[in-house]
Amino acid sequence: MIRFSHVTKTYPRTGTAVDDVSLHVARGEFVFFTGPSGAGKTTLLKMVYLDERPTTGEVRVSGTSSRIARGRDVATLRRKLGIVFQDFRLLENRTAEQNVAFALEVTGASPSAIPSKVARVLAEVGLAGKGTAYPPELSGGEQQRVAIARALVNDPFVLIADEPTGNLDERATRGIFQLLREINAGGTAVLMATHNLELIRRQEFRTVEMDRGAVVFDSAEGSNGPAAKAP
Amino acid sequence: MPRTLRDALITFQRSPLLSALSIVTIAFSLFAFGLFGLVALNIRDVLNRLEERVEIRAFVAEGTEPEAMAVAAGDVARYPEVQRAMLVTQEQALARAQRELGEFRDVFEGATLPASIDVQLKPGFRDPAAVRRVAARIRAFTFIDDVRYGEDWIEKLYALRNVAGVAGIALGLTFACVSMIIIGTTIRMAVLARAREIAIMRLVGATDDFIRRPFLLEGIIKGVLGGLLALLMTYVARALINTYLIQTVFFDRRVALLGLLFGAMLGFMGSAISVGRHLRRV
Ligand SMILES: Nc1ncnc2c1ncn2[C@@H]1O[C@H](COP(=O)(O)OP(=O)(O)OP(=O)(O)O)[C@@H](O)[C@H]1O
Ligand SMILES: [Mg+2]
Repeated sequence: MIRFSHVTKTYPRTGTAVDDVSLHVARGEFVFFTGPSGAGKTTLLKMVYLDERPTTGEVRVSGTSSRIARGRDVATLRRKLGIVFQDFRLLENRTAEQNVAFALEVTGASPSAIPSKVARVLAEVGLAGKGTAYPPELSGGEQQRVAIARALVNDPFVLIADEPTGNLDERATRGIFQLLREINAGGTAVLMATHNLELIRRQEFRTVEMDRGAVVFDSAEGSNGPAAKAP
Repeated sequence: MPRTLRDALITFQRSPLLSALSIVTIAFSLFAFGLFGLVALNIRDVLNRLEERVEIRAFVAEGTEPEAMAVAAGDVARYPEVQRAMLVTQEQALARAQRELGEFRDVFEGATLPASIDVQLKPGFRDPAAVRRVAARIRAFTFIDDVRYGEDWIEKLYALRNVAGVAGIALGLTFACVSMIIIGTTIRMAVLARAREIAIMRLVGATDDFIRRPFLLEGIIKGVLGGLLALLMTYVARALINTYLIQTVFFDRRVALLGLLFGAMLGFMGSAISVGRHLRRV
């Protein structure tokens, strides 16, 4: 479903951020990405939603190749992905509902279908009663739930979360993580970059550890490691 | 209201002064085109009317027998290039001069004007060479004093029309560039003000076309408004000229529409360049 084949990403000024990474993520899988700051986790995730392109190698996501995808292909791909960040990236002058609806409006969904879909995902993330609140009126955990609702509203096959709990306290972190597990249980793959080793240690999920751009440990290697590697 | 239109109108609300400025510069660009266009149009109008008038006027010497004049006019009328040759007596010449000058008619009180044979050439023989050939033949009559065919000042009018046209285009194009830059700048500010929104739009899979659309519409709206303003300014300028100087003709509806279209195009291109640059960079 998502396949990295000998992917290297080199930035002009900062050098190599991702170094010859080959990796496969199956449909419905939950994968933690971990490693020290600057290891290349964010860069790796950016290449999944084609915000960055590999310098060499190829990323294939659900039939879309980083080698040949054009602007329109990228837009089409992103409608099938959900993306959340540490800093939520909500529009402050819009309510929670409007923030979620925004993702539908700008991708050309039929206006009549929008309110019911928005209500459904807001309920899914546990914000049924807070649709009319503006982001500054919500707690950090609640804001992240709005962002997750926005990511889910187009029924993505994978949720990409780059340190989604980075700005949250322990309780909120557990809540958000519980939500991500539920989403994953519903069949959506989750790629999550995190520094929270406590969280990882308590889970049985696949963990990919990076350092200086390279994958230094992949808990999937033991069982299906070589097979998962791209040729 | 459709989302594209609503988004397009946001900037008018957020920065009314800059929006007004871009509309006014577009208006000035088109006004320059319009004003010089009017000059060229009116010169062409005059030229057309002149062409249909007498091409050659042969002045008859004082004291020539009327019969001799009539015979000569008859001869000239039979030249292959000539459509019509008309004898104008001294009295007729005076009456015509007074009629044409209207309120200044008193100038001609007691004056005498020479009689003439006015020759109109057939269409197709109105080019300077044919005119010169016929004029030379008429000059051969002994009692013809002088032959004029106004070629000089027709050519000057032609030149003037060309100058007016070129000046209008040059000035108009300069203004057009300036207005495109100003529109581009205002759109750029609108884009930057909404950079966060645009980034999120891209993240959730909006196409660049979709993102671009309201900004392009905004540019087009400004262009059309500028065009309307220019049309108004040109119309007022022409009304003033008609009141205080001379009667002039105005553009027909098609040309006016073309002006609006050009304004829309300026607005469109200004924003397209500006938005395109932003989208390529982020
Ligand atoms: N846009 C960019 N331009 C240039 N260099 C970049 C860019 N983004 C990241 N880098 C470089 O790539 C390397 C990897 O950065 P990346 O953000 O992927 O690390 P990370 O693992 O996400 O770190 P953190 O845990 O701190 O978020 C770093 O050395 C960084 O300087
Ligand atoms: Mg990072």
